[in-house]
Parts: sequence; C-alpha cells; structure tokens
Amino acid sequence: MKDKNRKTALIIGAGSDMAVSIAKEYAGNGYDLILAARDMGAIDPIASDLAIRHPGAEIRKAALDVLKMETHRGFYEGLDPKPDVAICVVGYLGDQELAQSDSGEFRKITDTNYTGCASLLNVIAGEFERRGSGTIIGVSSVAGDRGRKSNYVYGSAKAAFTSYLSGLRHRLADKGVRVITVKPGFVNTRMTEGMDLPPALTASPEEVARDIFKAHRRACDVIYTKWFWRYIMLIIRHLPERIFKKTSL
Amino acid sequence: MTRPLSGWGKYPVVESEVLGFSSETELRERLGVHGVIAQGLLRSYGDSALSEHAITSLRFNRFLSFDPATGLLSCESGVSLSDMLDVFVPRGWFLPVTPGTKFVTLGGAIASDVHGKNHHRSGSFCSHIESMDVMFPSGQVQTCSPSENPELFRATCGGMGLTGVILRATLRLVPIESAYIDQETIRARDLSHIMELFESSTGWTYSVAWIDCLTSGKSLGRSIMMRGEHASGGSLTLPGRRKLNVPINFPGFVLNSLSIRAFNMLYYAKAPSQASKGVVDYDSFFYPLDSVNNWNRIYGARGFTQYQFVLPLNASKEGMEKILKRITASGMGSFLAVLKLFGPQEGLMSFPMEGYTLALDFPIRRGLFELLDELDRMVVDYGGRLYLTKDVRMSAATLRSSYKGLNEFLSLREKYDPGGRLSSLQSRRLEI
Repeated sequence: MKDKNRKTALIIGAGSDMAVSIAKEYAGNGYDLILAARDMGAIDPIASDLAIRHPGAEIRKAALDVLKMETHRGFYEGLDPKPDVAICVVGYLGDQELAQSDSGEFRKITDTNYTGCASLLNVIAGEFERRGSGTIIGVSSVAGDRGRKSNYVYGSAKAAFTSYLSGLRHRLADKGVRVITVKPGFVNTRMTEGMDLPPALTASPEEVARDIFKAHRRACDVIYTKWFWRYIMLIIRHLPERIFKKTSL
Repeated sequence: MTRPLSGWGKYPVVESEVLGFSSETELRERLGVHGVIAQGLLRSYGDSALSEHAITSLRFNRFLSFDPATGLLSCESGVSLSDMLDVFVPRGWFLPVTPGTKFVTLGGAIASDVHGKNHHRSGSFCSHIESMDVMFPSGQVQTCSPSENPELFRATCGGMGLTGVILRATLRLVPIESAYIDQETIRARDLSHIMELFESSTGWTYSVAWIDCLTSGKSLGRSIMMRGEHASGGSLTLPGRRKLNVPINFPGFVLNSLSIRAFNMLYYAKAPSQASKGVVDYDSFFYPLDSVNNWNRIYGARGFTQYQFVLPLNASKEGMEKILKRITASGMGSFLAVLKLFGPQEGLMSFPMEGYTLALDFPIRRGLFELLDELDRMVVDYGGRLYLTKDVRMSAATLRSSYKGLNEFLSLREKYDPGGRLSSLQSRRLEI
C-alpha cells in the first residue's frame, strides 16, 4: 500500500553516477523512487543498494528507452503511482570528432540529449498540467551555454534542451507545475573519467545531487552547480567571437 | 591521462592511469592491459596497490543484500567500511573485524586480510567472509568460499589482488547494542609489564597498546594498554562532529626526535597510572586518526613508511626486546607505535600469526632503509614476517624466507593469472 504522505521521484536515466547520487539524495529525504533506464541489469544493484540504505523507501524499476520515442506514452501510462517529481538525468557526451562526420553518432548525441528527453517530458508535462501539480527537473549542461569546438554536438543538443525547459517553464508557470533547469559544470563521473579536470572547478555527483534537491525545495528556476559556473559561463558567453575563436576552450 | 599516485605513505609516487568500472562488462574491458592492479581507497601504506595501470573499484560500490536475521551483508568490492558503519551501526550491527581506519574498501580489506584489535578473539577479516566472486584476468568469474573453490578463497584472502579482481563478497556482521565502547586504559612501565597485561587480557574483545619506541634503558617498551568491550545499552547513533584537516605537507624539520620525544612523554604522562575506565564512541576507539583528514601530511612531502612485523609467540619476548633496542638506538622511530598480541591464524599469505606484532612509522630519510634491512634480518631470524600492506621496500629474499605459504600461493597465482597480467610495483619487487 502506498503511504499517501510519501512523495515519489521518477529518475530518468537512472544508471548514471549522477542519477544514483540524486536517487540517494531523494530517498534520504523521504521520497519513494521509480528508477527508469534502458539497461535493467545495471539498475538491479543500484535498486538493491538504495533499498538497503533506505529501508523506508519504496524502490521501483521501470524499463525505458529514451531513444524509442513511440514508447514514451505507454511507458508513462504504465507508471503507478505517478511521480510528484520527474528528474531527467539522461546524458550522452559521445565522440565529438566522430559525430562531425558520422551521422549515426551525431544522431545518437542529439537524440539522447535533446529529442528523446523532450519527447518524454512532453508526455509527463501534459499529465502534470492536467493534474495541476508536479515538478520537472531537467539536467542540462554548461556546455549548452556556448558552442565550442571540443564538444559542440553535445553542447548544441544541451542548448536545445535548455531552451525546451525554458519554454516548458513559461508554459506551465501558472498551471501549478514547476520546471527547474540544472546546469552542471565539470562533474567527476564515468562520463568524465580519464579527463584532466581542474579539481577546484569539479563537483562530485553527491554535491550536484544536494544542489538539485536544494533547488527543488527552494523552487529555483535555473541553477548552476557548482554555483560559480554561473559566473564562469557569464564571462564565456560574453566573450566576443573575435576573441572566442582564438581560445582553446 | 596519467596522474601521480601514491599510497598512504606518500612514497613512492608513480605516474598512473586509473580507470574505474561499475559493471562486470566494463571491468572485463579494463583487464586487457599487462601490469594492471585493482585499487580502492589507497590506504595501504606502500606500493601494493600501485602500478602504471590501475583499476579503481570506487564506482563498484553497491550494497546487494542484507539479512537482518543473520547479519549477512553482500556488497560490491568498492563499498567502504565507513559506508557499512554509517548504514548498519544505527541498526545494531558492527564489523566483525576492523583495521585502524574505516576508509578502506571491502575488496582492499580482503586482499590485505586486515586485522584489528580483536584478532586474538576473532581472527582476521577474511575469517568472516562467507563467500566472494573473483574475476580472473581472462574475464571469467568464479565464486569461492571456504568450501567452494577453497583454493581460490585461500589465495585471494591476503593475496594482494594478485589472483583476480574481487567483485563481490558476503560478510557476517556482528550484533551490537550500542555505538559505544567500554574502555579501560592501563599504563605499563616496560615491555614485560605490557606483555603480562596482554596475556591477562585475552578475555577482552579488544586490546591494543601504544608503545614508546624512543625511550631506552629500564623503561624500554613502556606502553599504554587500551582494552574494550561493546557497551550494553546506550545509543546506536553518534552525534555529528567536525573533522580536522592537515591542509599541507609539514616541512621536514617539524618532526624530529625531540618533538616526537616530547609528544610521547606528554602522551604517556596523560594516561593514569592506575587502570581507568571510560565510555567512548566507536569512532574514537577504533579510528582516532580518521578524525584528522590527510594526517599523513605531517610526515612531509618525502613521505613515510610504516614498518609492521610479527614474531612467533615463543620468540616474542627476546625478539621484541632486541628489535626495540635497535629502534630506540637509531632514534628514527616516531609517535605511532602500536603493539598487539595476535591469536592463531590460518592462511597462505595472511600476515598475522600467533605472537606479538609491532607497527611504527618512519619518515623516509637517508639511512632509514639500511636500518629497516637490519630489522628485517632480525625479524626473519626469529621466525617472524612483515605486513605486505605496509611494506614498500623489503626484498624478495626476505619475503621468501618468511612466508611459508608462498610457493603454494605462487602456483595458484600461475593457475588463475597465467603470465601474470596482474601486478603491482610491490609484486614485481617481491617477484610474486
């Protein structure tokens, strides 16, 4: 039996390091969880871990392929209970150089980071709107704030996702539904393994998760994590192209 | 990308490429390289978890199952003991065996077959492992336990990660009623006194002594014994507390024999001359140094090594006295010297044996390794051995003449890892 007072968080793309930290943060704050991901085998140990750490929380698993947009409606209709908050943590950095010439990789990056996520959030936003409540949290990236040569395919997909979330927030602002955009800078995860990241600028997935929960509680619109990325990106966005072109960012 | 990496002793430093895994498939891909070793939280002091290529288990860190009826806990190898304590102490369960830091992974604790203050009663860490899964360099996974594939189990317990990568293990937790320990502290005037105290304390669950390695003469071996029992009743949760941090490496001149001597004198004088009782939380009792982040920086940028040996019981008195005399004469010893009486121990490569063990820190400096070579010879002559998890410099010959199970271990290693794809700086130095 579902305890009526408990809230449920849907974690979309639950297999990533960042998603696991977010799941722990929400379970630790009294939420039940629905873990949605494509690779159920990878989700099993994550679900057992969460269930052992948080014996009070209900942990459910749901199979979802973000790239199969025709399945999104059926996926969401199958969820019971419906979530109070949907957190989209899907992300695929991909291989920038490959994506410059290979349409398959290009598509995988844009569909995973933008089209697939937006398609699913369309469905969720519709139900939240009818219900007149709910929170949608989209994890985008600072890479979407300005395209740069090292990852602009990923960056442009994230830019589209950021725009989408902004529009969704606008649409739902007076419908009782909140939309929060999260823009992490460098985060120490499997996605960035082997990259030479400056430690002072790099967040742990746990820090990102804490920032997200805080933003949810405080009903923020757009957050950067770590917080100072807002100012780093402010500067980077305002660099004149003439100068930006010559940087090695 | 490589980055400079070292163990807890900050010596040596090796340029290392470290890759992680969160699934068996991912680990299989990582095992393709030659000369690779698994590592966890890098709390081993020396070079046993170091190599140019390393695989970190820190992302493979999930609890898999827990049975509150039996205390059996299964988890992936990258789960830390600290994580287990955080989750299970409030529910009334404790680690069956714990080393002096909780910042070690399950995999590391097995590979080192770590011991704790209750060795005389409970044996080493691996005696509380029900079963485990190991991935060989070939990518094949095998489950082992004392009854299933017992040879693999024996060789992996204390096997320094050289039989394969430990994936998962099931550990038997022990029930507790309180997060607190009833502690008794007693001052011992010299070596014979502390040994008497150990021998009369075997009924206690936990016993350990801090020993002064700078004072010679009549007071040689003066010590402070701490023994404890899990308290009955009381809270299962601890109040939160702030951690201290050592922000930078101390310059070398801060620690010299004078400052250490002064510290030892104060520490000894602080302890009451008569037995004194108290109640302390488990963190203060088991992990006093964990409350200071990066305490290893006090030894400066050149790093340090911890020398830990054990002598068989019948040679302990004579041997310990002779070795202590040599250490005090050198003036190189440091504040952290710990004495403990082990109980009997099974195992191929596990360090403990019935007898006394002494562990002490030495800052790396000129002349140190010559002294340690000399100590090695004494330890081997008395039938003792050194702890691989602390070691950074012993010779292959010393290892061969002190670990009786070595030949059997080597033939098993050849079976599980033909061609020796797994290796650490230590295993290459020790030719294992």
